[in-house]
Amino acid sequence: MIELENVGYNYGGGELLDAVSVQLAPGSFHFLTGPSGAGKTTLLKLCYGALTPTSGRVRAFNMDVHGLDRDQMAYLRRRVGVVHQDCRFLDHLPVIENIALPLLVSGRELGHEEANLHELLNWVGLSERAHALPPELSGGERQRAALARSVILSPDVIIADEPTGNVDWEMSQRLLQLLVELNRMGKTILVATHDLSLIRAAKNQVQARVLRISNRQLQLAGADL
Amino acid sequence: MTDSKLHKLILGDTQANRVVPPTGFTAQLTLFVAGAMGFLAVFALALSMASGRLADRWASELARAATLRINAPAEQRVAQTEAALEILRQTPGVATARALSGEEQAALLAPWFGSSLPAGSLPLPQLIEVTADDPGYDPAGLRLRLQAEVPGAVLDDHTRWREPLVDAARSLRRLAWVSILLIGGATAAMITLAANAALAANAQVIEVLRLVGALDSYIAQAFIRRFTLRALTGAAAGVVLGMIGVWLMPEASDEGGFLTGLGFQGWGWLVPLLIPPLGALVAFAATTRAATKRLGELS
Repeated sequence: MIELENVGYNYGGGELLDAVSVQLAPGSFHFLTGPSGAGKTTLLKLCYGALTPTSGRVRAFNMDVHGLDRDQMAYLRRRVGVVHQDCRFLDHLPVIENIALPLLVSGRELGHEEANLHELLNWVGLSERAHALPPELSGGERQRAALARSVILSPDVIIADEPTGNVDWEMSQRLLQLLVELNRMGKTILVATHDLSLIRAAKNQVQARVLRISNRQLQLAGADL
Repeated sequence: MTDSKLHKLILGDTQANRVVPPTGFTAQLTLFVAGAMGFLAVFALALSMASGRLADRWASELARAATLRINAPAEQRVAQTEAALEILRQTPGVATARALSGEEQAALLAPWFGSSLPAGSLPLPQLIEVTADDPGYDPAGLRLRLQAEVPGAVLDDHTRWREPLVDAARSLRRLAWVSILLIGGATAAMITLAANAALAANAQVIEVLRLVGALDSYIAQAFIRRFTLRALTGAAAGVVLGMIGVWLMPEASDEGGFLTGLGFQGWGWLVPLLIPPLGALVAFAATTRAATKRLGELS
C-alpha cells in the first residue's frame, strides 16, 4: 500500500529522519511511537504526501509520491483517510456535512450515500450531534467526527495522528475499537501515539506491529512493551 | 467545458457553494463597486456614442453644405448672383444651389441684431446655399472658375471650422473609450484584490478541502462563481440606474446643442446591456487568475 524506501527528511536545521524504510502491507495494523518531537507526525505526513522526503522514495499505491501533481495528490488523499492531531473542520457547517465533505468534493451524489452516512454517524456515536457545529463538540467527539470523515470514502489506508491525544481513557478505548473494526474490514491502519497503554490494549484485539522512532531511525519494537 | 460543468458554474451546486463560508461585508463591497463601475460605464458609453454620432453628423452634413457669398456693389449684385447660380447649375456634383431671400438673410442676422434690423437698406452680401451631391464637386476647380467669372464670389465649404469640431468630437469619443477600458481594468483590479482577500481569509477552509481530497478546480470554482455572480448582479444594478439617468436627460434639441444629445438612440439602448455580462467575464477571468495563482502557492 505505502512504502518508504531509505527515506530521509530534514527541516533545514538537521536530519529528523534518516534512512527510514517501511512497508505498510494491505490489511496490516501499525502503531508508530517515539518521544515527542521524534518525527512521528513528519513520518505520517511523508506517508500521505503532505511532505516530500529530502532523500529516498515514498511510494503509495505503486506510484512515486514525488512525481504527483496537485490533482493526482488530491486523488491520493481520497484513497488515504487521515485523522489529524488537531482535527480541522469547516466550522460553519454542521458535523454531518463535515463528515460528508469528502463525498461532496469528489462529486458523489449525496442522496445515494444518505444511508451510509447515517450508519457511519451511528457507528462513531455522533447521531445525536449530527447537526451541531464543530466548535460545539468535545475533544472526543471531534476525534470521532474526524475518523468518520476519514473513512467515508472507504479508503484503503487510514492514518491517524495521536487520535487519543486529548480524550479520556474510556474515549480512547472507543476510538481504538473503531480502528480495530476498520482493520478487521481489511483496511490498512497506521496510528501514531505515545500512549503505550493504548498499544497494549490493542495488542489483545489485533495483530499490531509497533514501529518506534529513535535516533532518527525507525525500529520494529519488540514484544516487551 | 462540458454542458454539465457550465450548468453547474452558472446555476451552482448549492452544496458546493456552502463549502466556503458566506462573507457579508466584503460581498456587499464587491457588489457596490461593480454597481458603481457599471453606472460609470453607461455614461462613458453614452458619451462615446453621442460624440461618435456628432462627429459623423458634422463630418457628413457639413461636408455636403457650402455657402457662396457674393460681395459686390449693389448694382452688380443681382447680375453676379445670376452668373454664379448659372455656374453652379453647370458644375457636376452640385445637387442644389439657391439664393437666400432677403427675409432669410435677415433671419440669419436676427440673433445678433434683433428683428427690427432694416436689412434691405444695408449693403449685405448675397448668400447662396450650395448642397453637394454624392459624389461631391471639386471645391478647388469651382473656386477657380468663380474667380474668373464672378470676381465677388467667395466659396466657403466650412472646412475651416468643420475640421476642428470633428476632431474635437472624435477625441471625445476616444476619451470615452479609454474611460471604458479603464473602468474594465479597475474592475479587474478590484475583483482580484477582493478575491485574494477572500482566498486569504479562507485559508483554513482551503486547507481542509485539500485535506479531504478536493481538486484545486473544485475549490477555485466556489470562489469564481461567487465573484462572477457578484460582479454580474452589481453591474446589472449599476447599468439599470445609469440607463435611467441617461433616459431622464433632456431630449436632443437645437437649443441645447451638443449636451442634450448625450444618450442612446434606437438600437443604441441595447448596447449598455452588454456591460453586466462583460463585467462578469472580467470578474471570472480575474478570480480564476487569482485563485489559480494562490492555490498553486499552497502546499
